[in-house]
Amino acid sequence: MTTETHRDDLASKTGMWLFLFTEMLLFGGLFVVYSVYRYRNAEAFHLAAEELSVFVGTINTIILLISSATIAMSITAIQKHNKKLTLLLLGITVLLGLAFLVNKYFEWGEHIREHIYPGSPILASRGQGDVLFYGLYFFMTGLHALHIIIGLVFICVIGRLIIRDKIVHDNFVLLENSGLYWHLVDLIWIFLFPLFYLIT
Amino acid sequence: MSTQRTIEESSYLEHKGRFKGIFSWIFSTDHKRIALLYLFSILTFFAVGATLGLLMKFELIAPGKTIMDAQTYNAFFTLHGIVMIFAVVIPGLPAVFGNFLLPIMIGAKDVAFPRLNLMSWYLYVIGVSLVLVSQFAGQGPPDTGWTFYAPYSFRTAGNMLPAVLGAFVLGFSSILTGLNFLVTMHRMRAPGMTWLKMPLFPWTLYATGWVQLLATPVVGITLLMVVAERTLHIGFFDPTLGGDPILYQHLFWTYSHPAVYIMILPAMGAISEIITTFSHKTIFGYRFMVASVLAIAFVGYFVWGHHMFTSGMSGTALYTFSILTFLVAIPSAVKVFNWISTMHQGSIDLQTPFYWAMAFIFLFMVGGFSGLILGSLAANVHLHNTHFVVSHFHFIVFGGTGFAFFGAMHYWYPKITGRMYDTRWANIGLVLFFVGFVTLYGPMFLLGMNGMPRRYFDYDEVFHAGNIVSTMGSWVLYSGLAIIIINLFSSLKSGPKAPADPWGGKTLEWTIPSPPPVENFDETPVITKGPYDYN
Amino acid sequence: MENVKNHIVPYRTFLYVLALLIVLTLTSVTLTQISLGTFTVTIALLIAAIKSSFVLRIFMHLKFESLMLKLMVLAVILIICLVIFITLLDYLYR
Repeated sequence: MTTETHRDDLASKTGMWLFLFTEMLLFGGLFVVYSVYRYRNAEAFHLAAEELSVFVGTINTIILLISSATIAMSITAIQKHNKKLTLLLLGITVLLGLAFLVNKYFEWGEHIREHIYPGSPILASRGQGDVLFYGLYFFMTGLHALHIIIGLVFICVIGRLIIRDKIVHDNFVLLENSGLYWHLVDLIWIFLFPLFYLIT
Repeated sequence: MSTQRTIEESSYLEHKGRFKGIFSWIFSTDHKRIALLYLFSILTFFAVGATLGLLMKFELIAPGKTIMDAQTYNAFFTLHGIVMIFAVVIPGLPAVFGNFLLPIMIGAKDVAFPRLNLMSWYLYVIGVSLVLVSQFAGQGPPDTGWTFYAPYSFRTAGNMLPAVLGAFVLGFSSILTGLNFLVTMHRMRAPGMTWLKMPLFPWTLYATGWVQLLATPVVGITLLMVVAERTLHIGFFDPTLGGDPILYQHLFWTYSHPAVYIMILPAMGAISEIITTFSHKTIFGYRFMVASVLAIAFVGYFVWGHHMFTSGMSGTALYTFSILTFLVAIPSAVKVFNWISTMHQGSIDLQTPFYWAMAFIFLFMVGGFSGLILGSLAANVHLHNTHFVVSHFHFIVFGGTGFAFFGAMHYWYPKITGRMYDTRWANIGLVLFFVGFVTLYGPMFLLGMNGMPRRYFDYDEVFHAGNIVSTMGSWVLYSGLAIIIINLFSSLKSGPKAPADPWGGKTLEWTIPSPPPVENFDETPVITKGPYDYN
Repeated sequence: MENVKNHIVPYRTFLYVLALLIVLTLTSVTLTQISLGTFTVTIALLIAAIKSSFVLRIFMHLKFESLMLKLMVLAVILIICLVIFITLLDYLYR
């Protein structure tokens, strides 16, 4: 079929927002589980949360906030015909995302070394509240980390398109869409952070 | 707008594009071809599901083992449910008639994202393949029912992972279809077609799109949690680890109840189109029809607990869900009233699609009333998990969506294929189908009220007579179905050619040739009138 | 067509919002270290909601988008909150 391709940036952006809604509902289901089990095991959740490092969590939160700012600024950069700055800002975004993942790797590593992970008998022996807290912790931060990886891949693909001048100052909806996806990943963490680290 | 084909134009069926043969179909991004790809797949899986149903009914013709043992029966009703729900009725009308008709009815060349549309179909094929794999690989087919209730779903030896992942992938297909339709309607309506000049079938696809988009991810994450439970022993639904199996039910039904609105809303849209056309009168209460469709989609999001009345929920939850369930029935009643009022003092043309629509209204009302009975807390205690429930949902899903699907087939067949079918055989098939249907499912209300449980391969002798009648009904239904399908298939080659507007319809699809050209319209239409302007 | 976007957000705006978000983050960390009982979670979630609204409105450009899109976002948030609320009606009153 050869219809002449007419561009509709608003359709593209609306489509991306609708996709973000599905991601919100996806994590929303997990927030339902969190609310229920937190209500039923309030004390255990308090105590388990104290075992997480607020310092690392705060650093990670700030890393993602900065990365959101840099990718937002990259859109201003490309509108101002500044291809180099656009790519620099995207590069910083990716590096910050990777830094987040490295932090997460060490955080998880510590827990796993102490035999705290879903299905471990040591965790089971600590009681049901702990099992649920850490089950939710690993599942939700794990799913979130998966979305960070997807987001980073998306941004790299967009970066390539910018280098090849397929995304330019008057045709950049794909860059906007990658930004929207990244901001969503940031939004989810904005809620995960207090729910796991700050409820002590 | 020309309804005569010029020599250069060919229909979408004859169009020669980049690919040849079967590849011109499975690589096509033309919404009309994708619709037919879905039609072919969905009819195939309907045949699979219907055969399973036929065999299940045969098992139930007598107490004790007839042709299969208990474990096999469990596997049968599980696959029957998964196939019918996820592979037939949920994609059903949107994927076939939505894909084919939506762009045309709003004056567009295609949907907003044609390649995403094709991907939706690929995901559908992958999803059903995974479900089929679950039947033959591993330690035996799943036996949990299509509802995958915890904790059995993570303790059973049956092959859960491919089935659950297959459902997950099918959900993704549904989400992408909904997303595509929503953006299409927001961005691609023809000039002059304001929202309130859009016909009712697209409106139902709009409401359905929101449900597909916002409800499906919840079952997606729930199924992933079941996978985590099975593989990692994460503990969310395992009572020995502190989890609550009822939470599984909450999450599962938070999707699966809105899912039934995915099934019924487009069906209601198709019925609105059919009734309007064959009454030769504009739909009664267009704005109320639009409002009720949106209301059903919204309120339907919050009634899921009525599947769980006997599970052990709190009293507060029981009352809340029961009241909301009663509320959601009101907009449906508005629609039935408006359909009847449309017919009143209309110039009725008794054609096959109209007979299907009338059957729909009757069966939908029986299904709806039985739903209200089940929505009453006191009655539910007695009727939950009996054949009363089985009858209720077959009346409303099969009698509702199923009949609307066949009605839509007979309504839009000339447009899609360019041919007419044999009306006499179509009507004979319909009568047998209807009589078989009522005979098959009617007795189940009484059987259920008298205590026959569902999902059991055996039953007490006192239920025997009702089951004999019901099983014989399935044979009559099946013969009607065979006649209908044979008629539609044989007319593809031998039926008389159909004109652009065989029925006197007023919506945009009847202004273009049958079958339509690839790009639907010679020129983008400009809309000045409402959708059903019979004056 | 709306293909050419004429609205450019200055770099400064993003940097000011970023500074604000970091301040809010540190505030929520500090406040939750103080033992406020049941209000700890409420405060933390409230601050999270405020941070989210800045990310949505400025970083995700929602402030400058159509009313339709704004209503959609609100509707989705409302639905998630209602689902959590109605589910808790079960657990709170068992």
